[in-house]
Amino acid sequence: MSVSIDSIFVHKMWDDNELSKMVEQGIPFPMLSDGGGRVGKIYGIYDEDAGVETRGRFIIDPDGIIQGYEVLTPPVGRNVMETFRQIQAFQPVRKSKGTQATPSGWKPGKMTLKPGPDLVGKVCDIWKPSMAFE
Amino acid sequence: MTEEIPAGCARPTGGPTGEKPVEEVVLEKSEIKEEKIMIRVGRKAPDFTAPGYQKGKFINASLSDYLGKWVVLCFYPGDFTFV
Repeated sequence: MSVSIDSIFVHKMWDDNELSKMVEQGIPFPMLSDGGGRVGKIYGIYDEDAGVETRGRFIIDPDGIIQGYEVLTPPVGRNVMETFRQIQAFQPVRKSKGTQATPSGWKPGKMTLKPGPDLVGKVCDIWKPSMAFE
Repeated sequence: MTEEIPAGCARPTGGPTGEKPVEEVVLEKSEIKEEKIMIRVGRKAPDFTAPGYQKGKFINASLSDYLGKWVVLCFYPGDFTFV
């Protein structure tokens, strides 16, 4: 879901007039209105001086737990693929109930790690720094 | 005097001008709130409800409506901004 201080009427006009030209059939998720920034304030991303939300992005798991967040100032956009990658990397961890971990640069299909006494000092045997950049 | 402002991603806001209004210094107990940091990874995301627009309808949505699903909650400065 997305949140800004704009009214629901402005959200509709933006979706009708511009976003639906970029995304077929318009934006599928709820575009929420946070006039006054009350939601933004509890998430710590509302800019009181400018009166707007900054670019805060929170990944929340099916239990409602925050697994990650990122905040950018307004002029720079986010990397959506990185958000997808992070969710994909959190999913096997959750499925394994924390017995598996997804190392730097992990993508679906890559090897997960099994943290434990046997792995101490041995990560270098099975995981190479180049794997973070693949 | 009015002047043209450059269009950017931060949206300009107004505020009072001229003489500063006299500030009443009344400290009530209820006003002395400690701001708690509520956001931490591994902790519960604060629930909220907000009005919204979705696929042609005006709705009310709560974060807790999405329990059981992965949620990406994205804040942004404003509709019709450029980034």
